Amino acid sequence: MIGLTHYLVVGAILFVLGVLGIFINRKNVIIILMAIELILLAVNINLVAFSAYLGDLVGQVFSMFVLTVAAGEAAIGLAILVIYFRGRGTIAVDDVNRMKG
Amino acid sequence: MIQTIAFYLFATLVIASGALTVFARNPVHSVLWLILAFFNAAGLMILLGAEFIAMLLIIVYVGAVAVLFLFVVMMLDVDFAQLRAGFVRYLPLGALLAIVLAIEIIFAIGAWQAGAIDMGARIAPVAADVSNTHAIGQLLYTRYIFLFEAAGIILLVAMVGAIVLTHRTRGGVKPQDIGRQNRRRPEDATRLTRPESGQGVEL
Repeated sequence: MIGLTHYLVVGAILFVLGVLGIFINRKNVIIILMAIELILLAVNINLVAFSAYLGDLVGQVFSMFVLTVAAGEAAIGLAILVIYFRGRGTIAVDDVNRMKG
Repeated sequence: MIQTIAFYLFATLVIASGALTVFARNPVHSVLWLILAFFNAAGLMILLGAEFIAMLLIIVYVGAVAVLFLFVVMMLDVDFAQLRAGFVRYLPLGALLAIVLAIEIIFAIGAWQAGAIDMGARIAPVAADVSNTHAIGQLLYTRYIFLFEAAGIILLVAMVGAIVLTHRTRGGVKPQDIGRQNRRRPEDATRLTRPESGQGVEL
């Protein structure tokens, strides 16, 4: 029998994988952005699981807004990445400290 | 029974492809694993009866976000081997953090399961007689109409921002300027001269 806990554990593992991805791929912004997408996917799984468990549709509506923000964040992040690459010829983020001013 | 098998199939695949997204050597492979993860997450949501969110995951994530990632990964000519240089160095710390976080979250789930918290009243109970998409539409266009509009504005701002950030005017091309074309009058463009015979015209 599949319960809410199963879904929460899947969401938790996916969330942790996203955090781990940010930590171990510190230099590669593209992978970091993908890891953030994984984290938001885990959040969506939790929201929808609770929505189904409680019989309340608000969780699914909120999950839609999370999806919107994820799409906007991906677009802006990749645009910043493209202009950074155009200026520097690399996307290594551990020397982005040029912005210190 | 079939639901249980489907759940374990989707859950295993979503976790495996999530891990491969993070650990893949080639970023193109990472994006492809990410797409597999999104598909399986959509399967999980269909199992919950949230078919609208599942459809949205496929359309928005796979159709737009993942393709955008794929474009950028393929467009940028980056030495990815050099970018992975610190991988082994960060692995112990990252793995430690991940394990601590996972234990904490699963412990929290266990504690929550041991004693149910009184969740209070439901804001929008699921109606039995309408489909999932219908019910979400009824909620979204009434109670959450302003949030819905705000989401649209966020998307608009993101779109304009992405275009403004990446747009550049290239030199060496001759674009058509309709305003300038329409402002141009015959007297700006032509000149009446009366040259002597055999002299020609200095332009």
